[in-house]
Amino acid sequence: MELIKLKIDNRTVEVEKGTTIYHAAKKLGIEIPTLCYMNLGDLKIEHKPGGCRVCVVEVEGRRNLAPACATECNEDMVVHTHSIRVLNARKTVLELILSDHPFDCLICAKSGTCDLQDMAIKMGVRNIPYQGEKSTYKPDFSPAIIREMDKCIMCRRCETMCNDFQTVGVLSGVNRGFESVVAPAFERDLDHSECTYCGQCVAVCPTGALTEVDHTTQLIRDLADPDKKVVVQTAPAVRAALGEAFGLEPGTLVTGKMVAALRRLGFDYVFDTDFAADLTIMEEGTELLDRLGRFLKGDKDVKLPMLTSCCPGWVNFFEYHFPDMRDIPSTARSPQQMFGSIAKTYFADIVKTKRDEMVVVSVMPCVAKKYECTREEFSVDGNPDVDYSISTRELAMLIKRSNMDFGSLPDEDFDKPLGESTGAGVIFGTTGGVIEAAVRTAYELHTGKDLEKIDFEQLRGIEGIRSASVDFDGTEIKIGIAHGLGNARKLLDDIKAGKSEYHAIEIMACPGGCIGGGGQPLHHGNPDIIKARQKAIYQEDSGKPIRKSHENPYIVKLYDDFLGKPMSEKAHHLLHTHYFDRKQKDVLLD
Amino acid sequence: MHMLVCGGTGCRASASEMLYENLKKEVKEQGLENDVQVITTGCFGFCEKGPIVKVIPDNTFYVSVEPEDAGEIVAEHALKGRQVERLLYLDPVDKKRISDSKGMGFYKKQIRIALRNCGLIDPENIDEYLAADGYEAMGKVLLEMSPEDAIQEMIDSGLRGRGGGGFPTGVKWQIASKVSGEQKYVVCNADEGDPGAFMDRSILEGDPHSVLEAMVINGYCIGATKGLIYIRAEYPLAIKRLKIAIDQAREYGLLGKDILGSGFTFDVEIRYGAGAFVCGEETALIHSMEGERGEPTFKPPFPAQSGYLGKPTNVNNVETFANIPVIYNKGAKWFTSIGTEKSKGTKVFALAGKINNVGLIEVPMGITLREVIFEIGGGIKDGKKFRSVQTGGPSGGCLTEKHLDTPIDFDNLLAAGSMMGSGGMIVMDEDDCMVSVAKFYLDFTVEESCGKCSPCRIGNKRLYELLDKITRGQADKEDLDNLRNLSMVIRDTSLCGLGQTSPNPVLSTMDNFMEEYIAHVEEQRCPAGTCKELIRYEIIPENCVGCTACARNCPVNCIAGERKQLHTIDQSLCIKCGACLEKCKFNAVKII
Repeated sequence: MELIKLKIDNRTVEVEKGTTIYHAAKKLGIEIPTLCYMNLGDLKIEHKPGGCRVCVVEVEGRRNLAPACATECNEDMVVHTHSIRVLNARKTVLELILSDHPFDCLICAKSGTCDLQDMAIKMGVRNIPYQGEKSTYKPDFSPAIIREMDKCIMCRRCETMCNDFQTVGVLSGVNRGFESVVAPAFERDLDHSECTYCGQCVAVCPTGALTEVDHTTQLIRDLADPDKKVVVQTAPAVRAALGEAFGLEPGTLVTGKMVAALRRLGFDYVFDTDFAADLTIMEEGTELLDRLGRFLKGDKDVKLPMLTSCCPGWVNFFEYHFPDMRDIPSTARSPQQMFGSIAKTYFADIVKTKRDEMVVVSVMPCVAKKYECTREEFSVDGNPDVDYSISTRELAMLIKRSNMDFGSLPDEDFDKPLGESTGAGVIFGTTGGVIEAAVRTAYELHTGKDLEKIDFEQLRGIEGIRSASVDFDGTEIKIGIAHGLGNARKLLDDIKAGKSEYHAIEIMACPGGCIGGGGQPLHHGNPDIIKARQKAIYQEDSGKPIRKSHENPYIVKLYDDFLGKPMSEKAHHLLHTHYFDRKQKDVLLD
Repeated sequence: MHMLVCGGTGCRASASEMLYENLKKEVKEQGLENDVQVITTGCFGFCEKGPIVKVIPDNTFYVSVEPEDAGEIVAEHALKGRQVERLLYLDPVDKKRISDSKGMGFYKKQIRIALRNCGLIDPENIDEYLAADGYEAMGKVLLEMSPEDAIQEMIDSGLRGRGGGGFPTGVKWQIASKVSGEQKYVVCNADEGDPGAFMDRSILEGDPHSVLEAMVINGYCIGATKGLIYIRAEYPLAIKRLKIAIDQAREYGLLGKDILGSGFTFDVEIRYGAGAFVCGEETALIHSMEGERGEPTFKPPFPAQSGYLGKPTNVNNVETFANIPVIYNKGAKWFTSIGTEKSKGTKVFALAGKINNVGLIEVPMGITLREVIFEIGGGIKDGKKFRSVQTGGPSGGCLTEKHLDTPIDFDNLLAAGSMMGSGGMIVMDEDDCMVSVAKFYLDFTVEESCGKCSPCRIGNKRLYELLDKITRGQADKEDLDNLRNLSMVIRDTSLCGLGQTSPNPVLSTMDNFMEEYIAHVEEQRCPAGTCKELIRYEIIPENCVGCTACARNCPVNCIAGERKQLHTIDQSLCIKCGACLEKCKFNAVKII
């Protein structure tokens, strides 16, 4: 490792060769402003196109200003980050960007969490001397994501997420010069592209150009309707991130306050998607054991590895990109949909409410879930199992609108029966969690023995692709884990090539799993936030009295009273699904 | 006897193909097939007077030849040995006919190195290239020199990249040669995008083998076995001739495996560009070839370290390549004897604008702008006054009278506020409004910006809008300050050469013609009389004879007046097209 010395703002700093000026300055506590730059650290995503030019600095001896995010340090370099030349250039560049931006900050969905707005405040912009034509685009409303490209600043972080990280390849720069914009090919709308609605573009967009579809107005209306029973389910990852929207440290668990807030918002029943996660384990775990059992008996037709199916972004991905492999994933529906299905049958019977009088709402860290609710196969006579889904961010906004002081809310418990869950259900929120939950149950069901140690450390972590093996009493089960669709693609390519050795693979579309979902409070490019949420999830798990899905008494009761046994005909009808070849259907036909 | 007919794009547009056919027919009819060979060549450069026919060995140079002239040329010149006097060039000064091009002002000061074979050989016949010392340099390098020695020769020659940047070619090769990599690439940048420029196109149309030969040498020096020519698809003739040249070179064993028994393997492929100006920038060019969006990326890494498909790549311009075989044939020392201290050799320029001799010229570095414009170019059209000359393509600067004696080289042009660029040279006269000229160039850069970085994407648009405001007489002094600040910031912060130079036309016109900006802003007046919103056409009563020519030609019928009566213009309807001024024979229309 070669070290070099340089001077930044008259202070000497020593850095490794290859370090950029931006990082060298950071070492000195100098925060050079950036807009397009994004570095998600351990997630191995670094985006430094050098496009916005806000981070320019003066390097002595250099003809023009250098972008700090992309320029590597040299020995004896002398850098000025706030000379008059730099300050003027930086502000002028920002004024230019603002001159092509709609001034609707007061009513913009990103107001208050917008990086561009922050920058304008920081630079003290008071007027825009450069006025002229503004880019105007027709807004693009898809079932999950809204694109308002008038607000795009061409940072192209979304492109990096969509192409490099997710390998979905929907978003890219089109047209040239002032007309250039990020869009699907031929400027089609998202709904006519291969978009998986993973929402990672939304998660990294610095402005209001990419946002999720807003369902809060609909929700307020339903809550106010006396003829409707409004049921809410909250995903595991929400409780690990919601607090951030109220200024709490990332990684603060707010389960109890969240439940209290939901109750005060007027939901009739506050339930937990974790319950459905336990149910998923019963179905998916049983399916895995079934496939494994047949495989071990020498059945050549059995499809292995089995892939998890609880992530709707991932489901969309393989339907578009690997439709010929759609018999490999588990047929189990996602926890969101299992919950909706059970709520509008089993629970509706209990509370003697008609299907069309019940509204099932989900709070999700996810954007793709909004789309998932709208899939036809998840409705009965046009009535969807889950009526709609709101994001963690939307929930935070609703709480604020309803005049609640979130910090002083008491801790309350979920309602029963669909609010009771185990630690296994909680860890669905992080990469590695679904498979760990499945292993806890599958091991005990397969071996008939109690687990000595519930934590499977070998399945945890933040690496994009991980593998581990678990000893099922003499049978070695090989497990693969991928988060990020680009990583998933690698495992799928291996399966296709016949090179995969795994029995089961867990896949989540978002970095870190649901905790890094597109509907979460914005991490603004700070990967430590995602890691803190992961820690919180495992903390919630270890504090739970019951940590294995099959020991959830309400799950046991659900099977006894209603479903029979896992993978029964009724379970199949209500809790399983089938997949489509969408390469032909949606994309090529308009 | 050889009759060389120009087959460049310009002359072909003036029916030189038909002329060629007619000459062949006449030769056949006269039974001269064994004595007279009619050959299509590349561009002679003197496009103003095309189509050109040159007869050798007596070097008779016919200009503005039409297909119908073929019979006379063959009957008179070929059969009777008499020159066709009326087709010889008429010297505008002493009004004498000149038969040998060497005696013409246009050619006197030119030295043709890169263009040496253009107008001399049939570009579609490899034998003619071979007869003109073709592939000799390649043979010498491959069989007698080590890559290190060959690179050293290139460094010693002082050749600098002709694409615009002026980076020393030998040094570029040396960097790529030292980077280890299993696969390396040589790329020929034939994405000539400056409006009105046709240097590279003419070389490829007139002498494609010289580029191929140089690419092989480049490949040998850096250890690359593959060459790619990135050429815009709207150069069909250049593409056609390149394809023929590649096929012929392969057939002769001058491309492909084990070239000339040297053990060195090299082959060339053509890649088509869609005509984006920014793809002349080497990283953008490489991304375009990779199938990515044609936009530049931050350097380093330089292509020599990580270029096409992430492999070490040398990108050189067509004209640079065309110089290379001659350097090896005649030696670096010979090459350094031409040019200035830091800029060796010659430069090809596409001379255009308000100048008598429009065309393609190659001049030694160090020649002055005055020599180029007034001797080679034959001075300003219609006896008007010289105003400005813009060098370096759309992002060059506008130079004035005071720069006319500046010797042309990379560094002098840069110091004067312009640049060499790839060799565009546009001359402007007293009728050109310099604010409008700057606006014209910005219109181009706004169109051609890739949109990646904000200063270029938005800044150039705002520059254009400010200039537009000025030409409409709606700007104030603060706008002028903003214009300058914005220009400086765009230059200082843009990602690639396009944005870093696009404000040059603005800054140079502000530096050299500030009084024009002030007139537009403070007096709402356009001194050149071209900004439509700032002028009006009026009829001078004393001069008007009532001929009705203006009224009859006015497209919006806004001129009233009876025969033999004074005419008047309705200013509220006038669209300021200038038709009345043009049609008036009595000097009775003036611009106010």
